[in-house]
Amino acid sequence: MTTTTLAKADVVIADDERPRKRRRRLAPGKRLPAARLAGPLLVLALWAVASAAEALDPAAIPAPWTVVETGAQLWTDGTLVTDILTSLQRATSGFAIGLTAGVVLALASGLTRTGEALIDGTVNLNRAIPTLGLIPLFILWLGIGETFKVAIIAIVVYIPIYLNTHAALSGIDNRFVELAEVQGLSRLRFIREIVIPGALPGFFVGLRLGVTGSWLGLVVLEQINATSGLGYMMFQATNYGQSDVILVGLVVYGVFGLVSDSTVRLIERRVLSWRRTLSS
Amino acid sequence: MAPHTEQLTRPAVRLRGLTRSFDGRVVLDGIDLDIPAGQFVALLGHSGSGKSTLLRAVAGLDHEVVGGGELIAPERVSVVFQDSRLLPWRRVLDNVLLGLDGEDAAGRGREALAEVGLAGRERAWPSELSGGEQQRAALARSLVREPELLLADEPFGALDALTRIKMHNLLRELWERHRPSVLLVTHDVDEAIVLADRVLVLEEGRIGVDLAIERDARARGEYRGRLLAALGVTEDVR
Repeated sequence: MTTTTLAKADVVIADDERPRKRRRRLAPGKRLPAARLAGPLLVLALWAVASAAEALDPAAIPAPWTVVETGAQLWTDGTLVTDILTSLQRATSGFAIGLTAGVVLALASGLTRTGEALIDGTVNLNRAIPTLGLIPLFILWLGIGETFKVAIIAIVVYIPIYLNTHAALSGIDNRFVELAEVQGLSRLRFIREIVIPGALPGFFVGLRLGVTGSWLGLVVLEQINATSGLGYMMFQATNYGQSDVILVGLVVYGVFGLVSDSTVRLIERRVLSWRRTLSS
Repeated sequence: MAPHTEQLTRPAVRLRGLTRSFDGRVVLDGIDLDIPAGQFVALLGHSGSGKSTLLRAVAGLDHEVVGGGELIAPERVSVVFQDSRLLPWRRVLDNVLLGLDGEDAAGRGREALAEVGLAGRERAWPSELSGGEQQRAALARSLVREPELLLADEPFGALDALTRIKMHNLLRELWERHRPSVLLVTHDVDEAIVLADRVLVLEEGRIGVDLAIERDARARGEYRGRLLAALGVTEDVR
């Protein structure tokens, strides 16, 4: 903001009369401390105030402390723990299978022309069918037990992981391929030292979508076809009008989603530390 | 064809009737060329004259290009590209070591980095280096493999004028120390004269001019005029 700026500054509408005119700032400015928590905390505060003032129907929206009490009670009598463990197990198994399938298929399809011919079209066809629409068929095939739930979650997870990893693999800069040839890398080392690190950013995008997808799939499955788990607990609560139990279930789902997404982000930041993006 | 090849027994690079064409358009039309071991050759030509095609053919990088002819090149060939082509996810030293095995590879990598003036930057990420430093690291990566032939495709084309002069000195210095054969593709006549012992001009798919450069600075003006004339540039002093 020296003389050159001064000479041009009169073109810009100045918002004060100081001699050294600064250009109007377009970026939003510094972050507020703990900014991400401010909104949720405000909502919580409003909810608490409204409940205390008895402005809310406790049968529809119980007070926050009621939800906490119910949660604690369900936890101590053991039912909540069992339900959480059941749900966690479903999500984890489905996620693990989907992750493996997505990565293996993406590698096979991204690294070989035969693989691409066989896999890519098939996966895209699979993607065109809404996965939750497969539930009736999967129940017929696999029964209403655990297997079909895990299978559906795996499908929800593998699609974004496959798509993003495959896109990243086929998007690897040809210049780096040439470099690998010049440096005399073997095929295996080329894959390990250039293809995989180069595809990691895309893989992480897919991974985050996959994690979110696993919870989404879980919630839907447990609401529709539950015989146990968090969704079952919530479904039962509907029958008995226990809105506080439903809210406990939602809070647990929310915590799961938040923790898993943060974990993936943390790993991503560690692994991709060479990237200097705007957020860093 | 090349008068100064006779005294040397075995050329490092030998091309006979090398042809390359893209979609029926002939780019290289029967190139005959010998590069003696340890010679520094610069290859000039207009853009689209096939300089890079020739270099890529010698490097063995032209997988899907139609062509024939005899091509003999050494076992150990390194290539320096116009961009430094450092892998952004590997630190500088690890970039230098890409594809390098054997005992004390890291030690050799450090040495090569020190030679190009990047000692102490081993742990830096490529994005933390300036353009000139990145190209130095790329030079270190090609030298650490002790190439018999160094191919360089406009390696200084993207650098600013001052950095470019420094890099010229560095390249010449490194060449004097390690003595690989060098084939440098450039469009810069002055760069060719400053660096090379022999300058070729590629015209219509053939080598039109083959000029030996004496290191004596007196003749430079004359070389410059001849080479520019061969490239169809007349210097009009007004």
